[in-house]
Amino acid sequence: MGVPRFWREIPNRYNLIGMKCGYCNKVFFPPRFICPSCRRKGKLDPHKLKGRGKIISFAVTHAAPNGFEDQVPYAIAIIELEEGPRLTAQVTDCDPDQVKIGDEVEMVFRRIGQEGNDGPIYYGYKGRKIS
Amino acid sequence: MRKVAIIGTGLTKFGELWDISFRQMIVESGAQAIEDAGIDGKQIDAMYVGNMSAGQFIRQEHIASLIVDHAGLVPIPCTRVEGACASGGLALRQAVIAVASGIHDIVVVGGIEKMTDILTEQTTEALATAADQEWEAFVGATFPGLYALMARRHMYEYGTTEEQMAMVAVKNHHNACFNPCAQYQMEITVEDVLKSAPVDSPLKLLDCSPITDGAACLILAPAEKARQYTDTPILVAGTGQASDTLSLHDRPTLTGMRATVDASRIAHKMAGVGPRDIDFAEVHDCFTIAEIMAIEDLGFCNKGEGGKMTEQGETVLGSRIPINTSGGLKGKGHPVGATGIAQAVELVLQLRGEAGKRQVGGAEIGLCHNVGGSGGTAVVHVLKRGD
Amino acid sequence: MDVGIVGYGVYIPRYRLKIEEAARIWGADAERVKRGLMVEEKAVPGPDEDTATIAVEAARNAVKQAGINPQEIGAIYVGSESHPYAVKPTATVVAEAIDATPDLTAADYEFACKAGTAGIQTCMGMVEAGMIKYGMAIGADTAQGAPGDPLEYTAAGGGGAFIVGKNGSETLAAIEGTYSYTTDMPDFWRREMRPYPRHGGRFTGKPAYFKHVLSAAYGLLRQLKLTPQDFAYAVFHQPNGKFPLQVAAELGFKKEQVMPGLLALKIGNTYSGATLIGLAAVLDQAKAGDRVLAVSYGSGAGSDAFSLVVRDALEAKRDASPKVLDYVKNKINIDYGTYAKFRQLLVR
Repeated sequence: MGVPRFWREIPNRYNLIGMKCGYCNKVFFPPRFICPSCRRKGKLDPHKLKGRGKIISFAVTHAAPNGFEDQVPYAIAIIELEEGPRLTAQVTDCDPDQVKIGDEVEMVFRRIGQEGNDGPIYYGYKGRKIS
Repeated sequence: MRKVAIIGTGLTKFGELWDISFRQMIVESGAQAIEDAGIDGKQIDAMYVGNMSAGQFIRQEHIASLIVDHAGLVPIPCTRVEGACASGGLALRQAVIAVASGIHDIVVVGGIEKMTDILTEQTTEALATAADQEWEAFVGATFPGLYALMARRHMYEYGTTEEQMAMVAVKNHHNACFNPCAQYQMEITVEDVLKSAPVDSPLKLLDCSPITDGAACLILAPAEKARQYTDTPILVAGTGQASDTLSLHDRPTLTGMRATVDASRIAHKMAGVGPRDIDFAEVHDCFTIAEIMAIEDLGFCNKGEGGKMTEQGETVLGSRIPINTSGGLKGKGHPVGATGIAQAVELVLQLRGEAGKRQVGGAEIGLCHNVGGSGGTAVVHVLKRGD
Repeated sequence: MDVGIVGYGVYIPRYRLKIEEAARIWGADAERVKRGLMVEEKAVPGPDEDTATIAVEAARNAVKQAGINPQEIGAIYVGSESHPYAVKPTATVVAEAIDATPDLTAADYEFACKAGTAGIQTCMGMVEAGMIKYGMAIGADTAQGAPGDPLEYTAAGGGGAFIVGKNGSETLAAIEGTYSYTTDMPDFWRREMRPYPRHGGRFTGKPAYFKHVLSAAYGLLRQLKLTPQDFAYAVFHQPNGKFPLQVAAELGFKKEQVMPGLLALKIGNTYSGATLIGLAAVLDQAKAGDRVLAVSYGSGAGSDAFSLVVRDALEAKRDASPKVLDYVKNKINIDYGTYAKFRQLLVR
């Protein structure tokens, strides 16, 4: 991923800044630039999500993509945040076999990847089970 | 708008075609189709080609120009259509629209993908570009991972089992044994599937379609002129396409594809038929769970019953609605851009009565279903035997 | 001096490597090692953690506990021996992740294990001078110990964040004074581009750790005209469980004053995080009026000593974020192979 592309999304990746439509009050994360319901009538403004949610589904990845090989096996999940939007994230700090649909998680700041040993380090969000 | 018919088909062998290049595959499948249609190249008015990612697989873009050039058909217009794994189906639909509108008469539509010139890891990465790069791939979600998320939720909501998913793979491998062009010609068992290496659990290696090279081709003509070329014109009775969100997490449901439901409804309506009228279908089984969701979304059974329908043998050869008689993506192979066209080729062979040992008896109406990514795009065609 | 702590937070990773596990691999007598170091196990960062991620969670905990608007933080300093980048500050990653940007100054510090306390002193000065309203100092590390080296038993990951502000009703503990003792001392170092530190063996004891810690402590006690009896707690840099007890005894502190702030037994040596985590553990249980001594030590070498007096606001506010013991208790034991993989000792 090119550096400007990553940098642009730092507020979203680090701080879960999504968007809220002033017209219909729907919250979006990841961010969108037009409200799909209201379109031109809508007005999207940045909105910070609290970072708590629950697991809707998960998979345990054994065949990892480039850069994730050292983390295998890892759980990847679709997490529904309290405010409504769903996002995709790894579940960290637990054995993937311990993950269940319905588990409550908090989104934490972790290292997502890096561009080799010379390139930038990418930080972002992962889900951590709330015990 | 006039009706459109298919007057010729061509298909290369599907598999790891080390000796055959991208350019050779075009020519092979195209020549076959033209021969099958009994036309002369000079009669072709336009070309459409479906291809997902020549840019990543062989570092070549502008393949429309490459293809029309190597087909010897310069200066006719050639257009490349991309919709991830639905590229072939989308190209077919564009070609149908072109002929139906009257702008072109004889149109060649092909699909092609050359996936094995790079390492498997690179191919997997290229395929993952069908997912949301910023919010799915970046955080470690793989393409099988996205389907695994759907599978697990389907199991949670409907009690679908890994055994039922495995039966899809077993059936499709069995069917592929009767398809000389298929990548795999070997039977497998449910136990083979369950014991195969985990990829993204609950999906295992044998739940996943392979990496394949291949090309497929169709010749379209206005239905009113079809009999000038062939005694067995096949009518494109319906075409439908729909979209859904790119990311899986942006959809309200993980257990079905709205794009399939929408595209299917449009195609059925245009063809003047309902799911009960479909005799057989080629559906998009990139993963076993995808076939289970597809037969539900296409209306062949109720939502949640795809696993049961498969388990009860209602989709095998000889059953009420044989699914993926060609072997599907799983048994036949999945050269991404070619798949949508190859599905239509199978429909044509069946409707003409030329499907040999995998023939569906009394095949009158067939359906093919092609999906892009995790369901962001879906395209459905309904084909009937012509008058 | 009219400054104090308005909030603090820590983070300790979940994974633990027991002394027995490392000793098993290197053919050492685990019981002898445990006795000698007074350490049972150490905290190991997971493969998706680094000094930045540790610093961020500690910082977020501190901000939440303080209840302040992060935009009012005027300076952030992150001290570490294991910054993720050699050039590109950790402090800016933290600043973004706690929503303190863009109107602030930031920089990274290095001074072995006392880089975090150096940051506290800087913030004290800036707040006292009226340059900033709040300053945050973080000490965090994912410490490296060469495989088979004695340091490997204790080199751990963890971090603490402290927010300094002018004394007021929100102050959790006022800082009465600080005193530092610094000399140029090659007791423990790591050269540029080398993966692991080297050290002078027994040289790291009396002339290094003890000399500097004692000198800074005596210096502060003299300056403030205080004696060990005036303190409820004493926290020392803790490369192992033994050194803090030895230096405390020499200074005249009792074991009971030191134990609450001595976490090395359970988490090892978190380097730049060590003294801060020890101080946080003490604040997690201290009462209003308690006086706390905290003395850090960084090889190279130097010691920063602080005297703090707990205020009323602490008891009400400290439950807002996870406590040190919450992180200590939340653990998963791993084997040496997993540890080697996490710490990238095995490179593909």
